[in-house]
Amino acid sequence: MTAAVHARGLVKTFGGLRAVDGVDLDIDEGEIFGVLGPNGAGKTTMLKMLATLLKIDDGEGSVFGIDLRREPHRVRQLIGVTGQYASVDENLTAAENLWMFGRLQGLSSRRSRDTAARLLEQFGLTDAADKRISHFSGGMRRRLDLAASLITQPPLIFLDEPTTGLDPRTRGQMWDTIRGLVASGCTVLLTTQYLDEADQLAGRIAVIDHGRKVAEGTPDELKTSVGNLTLRLRLAADADMSLAADVVRRQLGEEPVLTPESGQLNVPIETADRVADVLIGLRQAGVHVASVGVDKPTLDEVFLALTGHGSSESERADTTEPEPMRAQAPQEMAR
Amino acid sequence: MTTITIGSRAAVARAQSRPSPADTFRQIMIMAWRATKKMRRNPEQFFDVTLQPVLFTVMFAYIFGGAISGDVKSYLPLMIPGILAQTVLTTSMATGTQLREDIDKGVFDRFRSLPMARIAPLAGPMVADLLRYTIAATITFAIGIAIGYRPGGGVRGVVAAILLAVFTGWSLAWVFTCLGTVARSAQSVQGISMMIMFPLTFLSNAFVPVNTLPGWLAAFVRVNPVSHLVSADRDLANGAHVSAEAGWTLVASVAVIVVFAPLAVRLYKRHL
Repeated sequence: MTAAVHARGLVKTFGGLRAVDGVDLDIDEGEIFGVLGPNGAGKTTMLKMLATLLKIDDGEGSVFGIDLRREPHRVRQLIGVTGQYASVDENLTAAENLWMFGRLQGLSSRRSRDTAARLLEQFGLTDAADKRISHFSGGMRRRLDLAASLITQPPLIFLDEPTTGLDPRTRGQMWDTIRGLVASGCTVLLTTQYLDEADQLAGRIAVIDHGRKVAEGTPDELKTSVGNLTLRLRLAADADMSLAADVVRRQLGEEPVLTPESGQLNVPIETADRVADVLIGLRQAGVHVASVGVDKPTLDEVFLALTGHGSSESERADTTEPEPMRAQAPQEMAR
Repeated sequence: MTTITIGSRAAVARAQSRPSPADTFRQIMIMAWRATKKMRRNPEQFFDVTLQPVLFTVMFAYIFGGAISGDVKSYLPLMIPGILAQTVLTTSMATGTQLREDIDKGVFDRFRSLPMARIAPLAGPMVADLLRYTIAATITFAIGIAIGYRPGGGVRGVVAAILLAVFTGWSLAWVFTCLGTVARSAQSVQGISMMIMFPLTFLSNAFVPVNTLPGWLAAFVRVNPVSHLVSADRDLANGAHVSAEAGWTLVASVAVIVVFAPLAVRLYKRHL
């Protein structure tokens, strides 16, 4: 069987910056493959090269065995692309948009109309069919955008951060839609900033950082590599930081991540049971704890574990992972 | 969800290596349909083709008429074809500006990702723009007639003059389309286009007889293609006479298309 996507040593340079720096990818037919990374990691650039939207500076790639560089026109007949920003026409209605894209791809006027009606129904947009896109909400635009990628039923769909900026309910709907695509035989490559999303959807994940692939595997493999859970400790006195770190190292055999500015200490743990050991150890050492929390790893921690540095600050603000510590911060400032 | 994909193998087998001429033509016409929808829904885009000819025709006729031809009425046969050329050519600048604005919008990402002929997103709006040129040209004549112009060439002469001006404007629009694909912003397209069009239209015989100009300027005015268009249109509108000037204008227009249409597509592809 030919791979849905096969790429070796993909490179894209912008000015002096190597936005994508030698990435290999192999995506099997029928899987959801997630590309995980922070903003600016090169995810979108990579996807655009695979979708023939950007020239490949070096390396090679193919889609269902068809070379991206030699036969881009053929590749375009096999893919649907849904970008980060809805690529639909603001001046047209939803139905007109889908009709136009159908006609452009060779469907008859009648078939375009029928397909548009079917897709609008499938994506819950029938009521908005004759409204102009400029009146659409963000979630509706995204759904229409995805519908527009499915008109000719392409076997491979590229989704660039399909849920960034969506509310949780719309996000869940989008996930269901994506699962439905794969159930119907599609292959999906999706990029995301959320470990959670990659975890929910993807069978395999590649982690991208500074244009390079730093890890690849199933969601479980990735999470195991950073520990399943994270213990977050906030100390009553910042001065105890190194003492607390010693206790953690002794009890868990893991290196804790210190954020002295906030008096916080994070450490990956296998099970929540181990928390007790740490707390007992801390009390014996006379270290006072202001708060304790146990969370699933955030993207930041996956990154830290895989690359030795966190994802950017702006990412942390975006992430939807629960951050129990945040609520306490104002109180501490008041103190 | 209902089945929405066909097997990848069937899709691979069906994929064509390039769009056929019939596909290309259909795609151009659909892009033209899109452009006309856009025009209808943003009527302010018509200001330049409706207001400008009215303003320029009236203004120039009453300002220059007495000075150049003794009175307004005898200036009109000289001026109206000149205004026609100027109006249609400046209208063609907007093609480049609007393309630039359009390219920056998200929908162009989708056009690029579709198996479409690369000329369609460029040629489609240009086909729709023929409508704009025709409106501008018709209004110019209508205003001219309203203030006393009686074209000696009759309906046939006037229609021929309009068609020639529209075709010339359309060929020149390819130049501005090229600019639209390379320039950084719509404003810069506008600026560069103005810098090209202003000297070309004013340093021509559009508003004044060439023999009133100093020698060096007259030399430029005589080779300026806009002068050929103006002369050809005067012969058509005032006497239904197809002169050699019309031939030169057509040759120049075709030459511009032959050079700039493929160039525009090349430049547009470079965006990929």
